[in-house]
Amino acid sequence: MNSVKFLWAAYIATWLIHGFYIGSIVRRYGRLRQRMKDLRK
Amino acid sequence: MIAGGMKRAFPILSILTALLLAYAFYEALWVAPMERTMGDVQRIFYYHVPSAWTAFLLFSVNLVASVIYLVRRSAKADAVALVSAEVGVVFCTIVLVTGPIWARPVWGIWWTWDLRLTLTLVLWLIYVSYLVLRRFSDSSQTPKLAAVLAIFGALDVPLVYFSIWFFRTQHPQPVIGGGGSIDPRMLHVLLINWLAFSCFAFLVCWARYRLEWMQREVDEMESVESLQGATR
Repeated sequence: MNSVKFLWAAYIATWLIHGFYIGSIVRRYGRLRQRMKDLRK
Repeated sequence: MIAGGMKRAFPILSILTALLLAYAFYEALWVAPMERTMGDVQRIFYYHVPSAWTAFLLFSVNLVASVIYLVRRSAKADAVALVSAEVGVVFCTIVLVTGPIWARPVWGIWWTWDLRLTLTLVLWLIYVSYLVLRRFSDSSQTPKLAAVLAIFGALDVPLVYFSIWFFRTQHPQPVIGGGGSIDPRMLHVLLINWLAFSCFAFLVCWARYRLEWMQREVDEMESVESLQGATR
């Protein structure tokens, strides 16, 4: 049983999910800042 | 004042959390003893279990915030409820992804309709429904409906947690209490990982909370602007 590849798959999947979610927060933040700037003009 | 202090502390806390996560990762891979029957694949447990506990914690925060919202109609409680549900779904997704990755080499199957697994999937679906409701409904009643849905959703949390205590399931027995036993070194690594993931969840929730306030501010500015446009 090559269990190490499953171990790495689980750890990588965990950080991919967190990375994807943090990326979505950063993108939403960028969009909102732009909308805020446009509204203040 | 608290918000201003937190804004200044955020970068420092982020660095400390990153260091703690790196230390927890090192402990999980190289310090925790190897489990005799499962081998290295058992180390998935150091990410799977803390993610589940963090998801339960966040869904409990969502329950408390939803009740506060229903009682006081507090906008802050509503924002906390939304943020905790969203981050809780992220952690619950990790539980549902890492569980089958562990099960494949150990049980020989990716998934089985075992009570604990099924209830966890139902829990995830309830909170995804909550987020879909929050995202796509623009009625003024949405926060109230979502708060009620959150209360029903939270009922599933103790069912998931205690399902392996009271029913015969394929899922491993609880590591703390419930008759299960764990090597003290493994327990130490498990608790360090939980601490690291809890700190990480707190920081993500804080960032998402700020984003939520910003979103509400922009929505308000846009509605004021459209009203001004209509009266011109």
